[in-house]
Amino acid sequence: MQLSHEHVRKVAALARLKVTDAEVESLLGDLTAILDYVGVLNDVDTTGVQPMVHAVELHDVLRQDTVAASLPRPEALDNAPRSDGEYFLVPTIIEG
Amino acid sequence: MLSPIASLSLSTLIEKLQSAELRSVDLTTAFMDSIADHDARLGAFVHLDRDVALQQAADVDAKRDAGESQGPLAGIPVAVKDVLCMKGQPATCASRMLKGFVPPYDATVIAKLKQAGAVVIGRTNMDEFAMGSSGENSAFHPTRNPWDTERIPGGSSSGSAVAVAARMAPLSLGSDTGGSIRQPAGLCGIVGMKPTYGRVSRYGLIAYASSLDQVGPFATDVTGAALLLEAIAGHDPLDSTSVNKPVPEYSKTVDHPLAGLKIGVPVEHFAEGLAPDVEKAVRAALEVYKSLGAELKEVHLPHSKYAVATYYLIATSEASSNLARYDGVHYGHRAEKFDSLGEMYEASRGEGFGDEVKRRIMLGVFALSAGYADKYYTKALQVRRLIRGDFDSAFREVDVIAGPVTPTAAFKLGEKTSDPLSMYLSDIYTISANLAGLPGMSIPCGFTAEGLPIGLQLQAAPFEEERLFRAARMYERETDWHTRLPPMAH
Repeated sequence: MQLSHEHVRKVAALARLKVTDAEVESLLGDLTAILDYVGVLNDVDTTGVQPMVHAVELHDVLRQDTVAASLPRPEALDNAPRSDGEYFLVPTIIEG
Repeated sequence: MLSPIASLSLSTLIEKLQSAELRSVDLTTAFMDSIADHDARLGAFVHLDRDVALQQAADVDAKRDAGESQGPLAGIPVAVKDVLCMKGQPATCASRMLKGFVPPYDATVIAKLKQAGAVVIGRTNMDEFAMGSSGENSAFHPTRNPWDTERIPGGSSSGSAVAVAARMAPLSLGSDTGGSIRQPAGLCGIVGMKPTYGRVSRYGLIAYASSLDQVGPFATDVTGAALLLEAIAGHDPLDSTSVNKPVPEYSKTVDHPLAGLKIGVPVEHFAEGLAPDVEKAVRAALEVYKSLGAELKEVHLPHSKYAVATYYLIATSEASSNLARYDGVHYGHRAEKFDSLGEMYEASRGEGFGDEVKRRIMLGVFALSAGYADKYYTKALQVRRLIRGDFDSAFREVDVIAGPVTPTAAFKLGEKTSDPLSMYLSDIYTISANLAGLPGMSIPCGFTAEGLPIGLQLQAAPFEEERLFRAARMYERETDWHTRLPPMAH
């Protein structure tokens, strides 16, 4: 797998990660080496093999829809970088 | 110097507490003093709250004085990895991203520890967000191996392993996603177990790779690990992947040897790359089993050579999704300089995460991205099923599989930090148990010529923890490796 600087920047944008030029350079080298290594999986014939997403077979669990206490608002807001006591505060999303 | 109390075995400590010969406050104080003496050199802890610990101990003592019934771990200090939420105590995952984060609730395992009467003695260092195999990825400071402080203790549960190995706590909890309990247990000369996926609740365990993560115990001996797993295991409605099966009383049966034990020896785990001194110790352990009447049988795990590649695609894909929650809005680090919401996300994440976390998020995002998901992520999931199939076939013929925990003993700090791939390969024997969802444990089985611990790994079919503990104890009672103390704890 041949990765380019462009490619690394695109993945960083998808991951919402700000990366410096130096980081792009080192990520390019590391990811190229790792993707090269995982290429070994191409040696395995997986025709007809179902993907295994989980180690235990999961099934739906039903329960009564009962009212229960939830986290009080002050506690939910306690760890927020910015809040006004009622809401989480973020920069303006829609101008106007 | 190690205090006489800190060097006692867990069962002795429990006996002395039960007979009121020892009070939990004194016991907890002894271990806190041991931390004060050693941890400046070892770096196993990231947060200590002496007052909170002593208060829990005093509560246990008061209940005992009042003649109230006590939990199985009443008054015993337990150190916990900084990945588990405990109400009112910081939980940082050793990351700048979560500096100052104080969870508003207890993880289920923490609630269970409290119910069992345990005293949570401190929070232990780790590789950031449990990503690493050496403890060097902590944003705060590395943890050092008490057998040789120039060497790594393993990871990612580095601090939990060292806390027990250096007798700064009699028990601890870690989490294991690809070997993060078994590998540091092996490299530090103690007992560590990763339970079957679904055996222990993950509620309140800060997620790395949700289909692989599992919480488990560290102890100085097999009985201690059995007791701690018994306390934390069980179904939890708050974790939809926890399995509703009764929890056996592991600690009651641990001393019963297994008659006619069939041990599988996987050819692929004794191949190229295994250090000769590690191989020698592990083979000697197998001979001990043989002398106890066990039958050794060669087994094949033909897809095990693909396990590391499979893991690094699946784990990173899940991580890229799990770590998307760190956006600087609800909790965690927020950058100071940005011009828009998008920039706020990117700058906060760029500043908050360390290099290895970024590397894994990037790999995961790539493996899931349009045009590549089938070739990488789905392919890895298919190979995962073949890896599980290898184990299913092997366990039709044998009761447990035994082999090395790691290819080498502990390496030096800095030795592998510049080459992520070589670091990943130190998990080569442990990683497939997570992919397959099996229980696995590491027990001490010897030392290298340089005096570094070597671990024996035992694995069993899903939910066969009881068998694992009994098999492990059979070996332990024939040997004294688990009683040896690292030089700095003498």
